[in-house]
Amino acid sequence: MTHRTLAVVSAGLSQPSSTRLLADQLAAATRDELVRRGSEVELHVVDLREYAHDVVNNMLTGFPPTALREAIDAVTGADGIIAVTPIFSASYNGLFKSFFDVLDAESLVDRPVLIGATGGTARHSLALEHAVRPMFAYLRSVVVPTAVFAAPEDWADGTADGALRARILRGAGELADQIERRPPASGPADPFALTTDFLQMLGGGPDAPVS
Amino acid sequence: MQFGVFTVGDVTVDPTTGREPTEHERIKAMVAIALKAEEVGLDVFAAGEHHNPPFVPSSPTTMLGHIAARTERLLLSTATTLITTNDPVKIAEDYAMLQHLSDGRVDLMMGRGNTGPVYPWFGKDIRAGIPLAIENYDLLHRLWREDVVDWKGKYRTPLQSFTSTPRPLDGVPPFVWHGSIRSPEIAEQAAYYGDGFFANHIFWPKEHTQRMVELYRQRYAHYGHGTADQAIVGLGGQVFMRRNSQDAVREFRPYFDNAPVYGHGPSLEEFTRETPLTVGSPQQVIDRTLGFREYVGDYQRQLFLMDHAGLPLKTVLEQLDLLGEEVVPVLRKEFAALRPAHVPEAPTHASMVAAAGGAKDSTVHAVDDVTGKAPEVTR
Repeated sequence: MTHRTLAVVSAGLSQPSSTRLLADQLAAATRDELVRRGSEVELHVVDLREYAHDVVNNMLTGFPPTALREAIDAVTGADGIIAVTPIFSASYNGLFKSFFDVLDAESLVDRPVLIGATGGTARHSLALEHAVRPMFAYLRSVVVPTAVFAAPEDWADGTADGALRARILRGAGELADQIERRPPASGPADPFALTTDFLQMLGGGPDAPVS
Repeated sequence: MQFGVFTVGDVTVDPTTGREPTEHERIKAMVAIALKAEEVGLDVFAAGEHHNPPFVPSSPTTMLGHIAARTERLLLSTATTLITTNDPVKIAEDYAMLQHLSDGRVDLMMGRGNTGPVYPWFGKDIRAGIPLAIENYDLLHRLWREDVVDWKGKYRTPLQSFTSTPRPLDGVPPFVWHGSIRSPEIAEQAAYYGDGFFANHIFWPKEHTQRMVELYRQRYAHYGHGTADQAIVGLGGQVFMRRNSQDAVREFRPYFDNAPVYGHGPSLEEFTRETPLTVGSPQQVIDRTLGFREYVGDYQRQLFLMDHAGLPLKTVLEQLDLLGEEVVPVLRKEFAALRPAHVPEAPTHASMVAAAGGAKDSTVHAVDDVTGKAPEVTR
């Protein structure tokens, strides 16, 4: 049985949070789909609200405090990521962006990601496409085609069999497909690993810019 | 083991009085700190090199030369010498001169500098930081060891039949440390040459230091300079002390809260937990410092940052009294008792001269324009 890890990043600020609710539904649907296909799944939920101060401290000092470092390692070492944010002023909220800002720019390359968002009206839904998806494109992650937006009316429709439910299942299936195509993740990259030796460095290497 | 202080030379407002020292006051304060370091029995004074406000030490060998003339015993070093933006030829000349003037009381710590705009002021590009550090140091290393150098590289004009003068004192170049926070390439560089590695070990979690030192030791052995535990390791550290630890915390907090680098971020308590900063009694500083050995092994040099964030000179000098009178004597004794016999002390001029089989005059005399006789290549 293949062991898979899913990291769930929720940037909801209120408690309880509809963003967290959507994140949990996406996570459960993805987990169920992976289990159905024969994997065992470990979930790591990172509720960014708990790390808000740590994220700012990371920005100011250049390193994550221990608790945030553990959360970052859970995300950068996962087989797949579910990232959900409330939409503020036509984009992800600042906490969501700040968390991804403090990650190493290479740490999510080729990582399957399912994105989701919540907002006060369905008119915010394309923020997923013009803000959240491009951010992950920059990080060179693989964002699945379905992005799941939940507006107030989606919750009103109920979650058992409404249109939101169908989108959640479709997104979860796409994420499971992408995860299954890859070998199990080997955990977060080691920033202190030596990837060259001295004589190679002394030779300059092909990428060294000449000033 | 060597103990000392290192300073970045920042001009910072004292947050408790709102007063900012002048550059002149700060420069004189750095000298006073160095003299005090010798007076209280410390071994090393190391000054930073910076080329932008709010820092004053742009001309390290001028300052260190002045201090050399006013001290007898103190070892003068840098924290760090910018191996990226300085011309390695000028480093070779300046520090060989300082070595002669101080009768061998000098070593250097190489660093890259991490301030983007500084690079172009010296015609360099921060994106080439690591390759510059590698190429420039390799040239510097040769300039101190070969009387006549022919050289061509990527980052400076070629050299033909170049002799860097003065030649190193007694034919022995100054010992070099390579400083880094988290670049494994620099640990590799230090290991390759068998030079020292200095982990900054302030403002950052101890895990960075632990991993970098571990890598350096492993590669030091790989390159055949000795066993991993014989590699030459230095650490930074940051402390503020009062006899009563509550007084230390109360007095240091406004400086911490408003400090450059980490101020307005984590609390003093968080930062003390997450980094090697110790604010408390001399005994707490002793205990914490002895603990460093548990994650880096037996090491050779411990430098403390005592004078940043706007702390007034009077306070810094009081700190140095506590460090020299109460902390370092205990640390010296404890570290020495723990250190196995096969682990060396940090190299000094005397020890390197002895290892080279004694002092030899290394003067290179000018080409004789009658006979055309050129200096010999002594490689």
